[in-house]
Amino acid sequence: MRAKETAPGRAIPHESASLHVAGEATYVDDIPELAGTLYVALGLSSEAHARIRSIDLEAVQNAPGVVGVITAADIPGVNDCGPIIHDDPILADSEVQFVGQPIFAVAANSYTAARKAVRLAEIDYESLPAVLDVATGRQQQSFVIPPMHLRRGDAEQALQSSPSRSQGAFSIGGQEQFYLEGQISYVAPKEDGCFHLWCSTQHPTEMQQVVAHALGIDFNQVVVEMRRMGGGFGGKESQSAIFACIAAVVASKLGRPVKLRLDRDDDMTITGKRHGFEFAYDVGYDDDGQIHAARVDMAAQAGFSADLSGPVVTRAVCHFDNAYYLGDVAIDAYSVRTNTQSNTAFRGFGGPQGAIAIEYIIDNIARQLGKDPLQVRKLNFYGRDERNVTPYGQTVSDNVIHELVDELESSSDYSARRKAVAAFNRDNEVLRKGLALTPLKFGISFNVVHFNQAGALVHVYTDGSVLVNHGGTEMGQGLHTKVSQVVALELGIDVRRVRATANDTSKVANTSATAASTGSDLNGKAAQDAARQIRNRLIRFIAEEHGANLADIEFAGDRVSWGSGEIAFDELVVQAYQNRVQLWSDGFYKTPGLSWDREAMQGSPFYYFSYGAAVSEVVVDTLTGEWKLLRADILHDAGNSINPVIDIGQIEGAFIQGMGWLTSEELRWNEAGRLITHAPSTYKIPTITDCPQKFNTRLYQNHNVEDTILRSKAVGEPPLLLPFSVFFAIRDAIASLADNRINPPLRAPATPEAILDAIDALRGEHQ
Amino acid sequence: MTAVRFILDGERIEIEVADPTRTLLQYLREDLRRVGSKEGCAEGDCGACTVVIAEPDGDALRYRAVNACIQFLPTLDGKALFTVESLKAADGSLHPVQQSMVDHHGSQCGFCTPGFIMSMLALYHNNPAPTRADIDDALSGNLCRCTGYRSIVDACRHMYTDYARVELDEVGLMAELRELRRDRGFSLELEAAHYHAPVTLAELAELYLEHPDAQILAGGTDVGLWVTKQLRELPAVIYLGNVAELRRIGVGAEGIEIGAAVTLTDAFDTIVPHYPEFGEMFRRFASLPVRNAGTLGGNVANGSPIGDSMPALMAVATRVRLRRGDQQREMALEDLYLDYMKNAMQEGEFIEAIVIPPRVDALLLRCYKLCKRYDQDISAVCAAFALRLDGERVSEIRIALGGMAAIPKRAPQTEQSLLGKHWDESTVRTAMDSLRREFTPLSDMRASAGYRSRATANLLYRFYLETRPGQALDNTAVNVFAVTA
Repeated sequence: MRAKETAPGRAIPHESASLHVAGEATYVDDIPELAGTLYVALGLSSEAHARIRSIDLEAVQNAPGVVGVITAADIPGVNDCGPIIHDDPILADSEVQFVGQPIFAVAANSYTAARKAVRLAEIDYESLPAVLDVATGRQQQSFVIPPMHLRRGDAEQALQSSPSRSQGAFSIGGQEQFYLEGQISYVAPKEDGCFHLWCSTQHPTEMQQVVAHALGIDFNQVVVEMRRMGGGFGGKESQSAIFACIAAVVASKLGRPVKLRLDRDDDMTITGKRHGFEFAYDVGYDDDGQIHAARVDMAAQAGFSADLSGPVVTRAVCHFDNAYYLGDVAIDAYSVRTNTQSNTAFRGFGGPQGAIAIEYIIDNIARQLGKDPLQVRKLNFYGRDERNVTPYGQTVSDNVIHELVDELESSSDYSARRKAVAAFNRDNEVLRKGLALTPLKFGISFNVVHFNQAGALVHVYTDGSVLVNHGGTEMGQGLHTKVSQVVALELGIDVRRVRATANDTSKVANTSATAASTGSDLNGKAAQDAARQIRNRLIRFIAEEHGANLADIEFAGDRVSWGSGEIAFDELVVQAYQNRVQLWSDGFYKTPGLSWDREAMQGSPFYYFSYGAAVSEVVVDTLTGEWKLLRADILHDAGNSINPVIDIGQIEGAFIQGMGWLTSEELRWNEAGRLITHAPSTYKIPTITDCPQKFNTRLYQNHNVEDTILRSKAVGEPPLLLPFSVFFAIRDAIASLADNRINPPLRAPATPEAILDAIDALRGEHQ
Repeated sequence: MTAVRFILDGERIEIEVADPTRTLLQYLREDLRRVGSKEGCAEGDCGACTVVIAEPDGDALRYRAVNACIQFLPTLDGKALFTVESLKAADGSLHPVQQSMVDHHGSQCGFCTPGFIMSMLALYHNNPAPTRADIDDALSGNLCRCTGYRSIVDACRHMYTDYARVELDEVGLMAELRELRRDRGFSLELEAAHYHAPVTLAELAELYLEHPDAQILAGGTDVGLWVTKQLRELPAVIYLGNVAELRRIGVGAEGIEIGAAVTLTDAFDTIVPHYPEFGEMFRRFASLPVRNAGTLGGNVANGSPIGDSMPALMAVATRVRLRRGDQQREMALEDLYLDYMKNAMQEGEFIEAIVIPPRVDALLLRCYKLCKRYDQDISAVCAAFALRLDGERVSEIRIALGGMAAIPKRAPQTEQSLLGKHWDESTVRTAMDSLRREFTPLSDMRASAGYRSRATANLLYRFYLETRPGQALDNTAVNVFAVTA
């Protein structure tokens, strides 16, 4: 009998929890250093766009402790680390494209010496015109990739014939990943022109490839090892590359181990963030609030290079529908080149930006009709058997949003609280409460079909302990815990016998980034495949050796049993070894049934959808724009959860992180294009008091209709959309000032200033 | 050369320090290879480097969570240090703080976790039964980007109840610390820099006259960043932290006297019973680890236009006592500030104490802090209002503002315009206009000039709503942070 795929998940702690709390979990900067290690600091552009006339590094070179300096001319291979399009210089050569772009690197015998030396450089620039905002770039048709267009039906015609229209604009800011562990690479030169990299990255294979390109060597000369990151959130998918490359070039030139660890300010100044978006929309709807047509123009701030903007903006386009059937649709999407950091992956990868736009519009429609926005949301949900095809042509066949939202509406006591909020607002002169329920639907899989593959290795040793290695990286999301659970379940052993080891490009090759929420789906399946092959060999061995019936053999509780007998797992593996049974295996998985036509923007790019919803209640100070989240209730679909506590941790973490994006986290650049919110002193991610006193998170009882790993669902990114409810609760509170009839022009992030602006606009008092 | 002496894991450490501005975190990670403490920001804003320092406080030990990234190593002299590596029992079992964090799934990526553990350790020893608000306060200086904090709050709640209590050998530690006590100041006269840590006021005054160019160092929550961020070299440093007279707090008929080396935590604990209206702003002032290290004297001496303590102190007519050699003088706090980062202190002069007068009768007082986040955020505006009414007429008013000018500043024109006026809506509306005219704030990453002006005027209105005769609104009607679901 097979292990029951429907076995309930086990709520075990993160595999490294005991190490985390003791300070014993090793991050890249904690690895004992090799003798002769040098420390690198980077010289950065002070100009947003300029030609470099000259670089004088003599004082840098002569500074105390400096061992070597490199510029673009020292790169032996290709001066590029772009993940898709080759427009990302490792070191700026003749032209700089944003304030903070690395121009040179200094290696010294201490971190402080390197940082001090960097400041002695004399660089002469000739200023060039710079584009610093989306609107200007859009106007100048300055794009990093060609615009995208998605059409279904005749949106123009349908708009004309709609009884009512909602037209307007909405803007949403970007977001710094703010992984607590900054970017870091540690490179050791090895024999015969080879290199070993310890790199905090979500994409070891890509780091291997870009380093090989930069050094002009073969992929098999570079090993990248990654045990764990101190957070990634997308920021270490492609953008760990520049640091890996620089460290490798320095190590190659000087023949010494080299560590490049970024100071937080440098990290935030150099690396890209979540794309900010500007939307212009025109939506047609009827008197009930049902949408018949939507036209939207979305412009994303891509920054100076393409990086991952193509797939990010594609996902934004594919999530503009969120959970709603929109009728005829026309979407035009632009990736605007600006002379700022090159924006990149961040949890949700464009999905949250696309989806919040339609939520804003539905919020408008409800207020224009004098309805509770929840009614209008429900009215527009995708149907089960009709109105169930997305604008990009995929049928939504696993829809649970109706039941899920009904359950949350009831468990959160929505309607009674709606009345209580109204009563509070009647009685209060200064403070206003707001309430909102927002749903989410999120597509799971990489939009690029061939990324949806994974490999794993499982070794069973003769003491019955098991080692699993796979293509995913651990950044705190509990991937290694879940993969270990899968392997343990497959072999019927206690999960404590299973150890997951560092991702290593010399073990599993050609891996995909740990991204797009697919870590467990892909690597869990690959590891299961590997474990299953070993298990099948053991089954055959037991049948031959003990005369057992194949169908009777069961693996459970660290024992293997069959009709007439049983044996401890560790004894079995010794017997199997002595009988020359292979006790290790590789495993492989590719997601079935995906298609995507990039030109037509049509296909079935997602294996399945995840669903969820949240209710938030806030109170807003109408004098200052200060606000507080009073209560949040979440119901989220993780399918048949492999590990409920890890999934709840992902959901709550995403909720608070997304709330930060929509409220307190504000990126600001000055008029010269310099990021002025480049440290935690100026860039404010949520802290403990922001976690509401009442915070109820539950998993929706569901099984994935697709054959995913143990019928679970991906949980990394989807819950980032849950805190839309916070933003719309704030908007609801503001709208109460005008009897819920006028739509407050609230921008995101909804800082106290943005809230007060919306309040003043509503009161017609804005000066 | 004099060695710096402190206790680590119960063992006395004596080290010769080559650079007095070497940070405690650099020492731990690079010299001792105790890499559990992490660097997340090197500016005291993320808490990944949090360690606990224990010091005698009378007959008891005080535990303080502080940021190792901005503490200079020599300031550890005479103290006991605990890091995340200090906690496991000899048999390898986890401390209740650690085990509770594991059992409640309070770590994900784990990078911030050692810092949380240390803040939780300080809470564990300082507060046997914390409320949610106490937990939030204790962890206000620790950023976590993964969990959303709920699991960490749960871990804090359960660390007391679910596990056998673990106590430290406080008697032994006190004895060790007594042996480290110095009767005289010590100096490190190094090639690169001089470091002096006097223990008496007279010693300090003399030293500073001798070395007026020396940088005075108290908690290091600002000076630390000059080193870690601006990479400044400080050739001479005089540390106030060991000067007995400056660590004193006096409460008497003349008011509250706070020595210049008293931490913000201790200063605020002393002030709040007299001026409870400052409680919320003090709670929101930086974070607990910053308040545990930083001093009220340092905040006042630094005179940043966005420092929060000054508006509050000015509103209650606080004075500063300055000292130069054996000369003392006192002045009103607002007179200390001349222009952006320029003050009235002469060469060799320093702040000896902050003197807060006794509370006057019938004082109506409020202090408001506006920023993007509740915990540990620099104010866009900090506004303090102090009012006395004669009947319903304004007999005395002090308005002091941070974030509105190049220095922390009172609003004399608006104050003047209010004197003698009937304290009613129309008076206040006029005063709001006056306040908008009186200040020309800047726009920056924290807020625009327009927001600062509008919100400051609105805060005056909030103050009015809270103090209007006969129909004053309760805190829960004007303060979002006082509202519950």
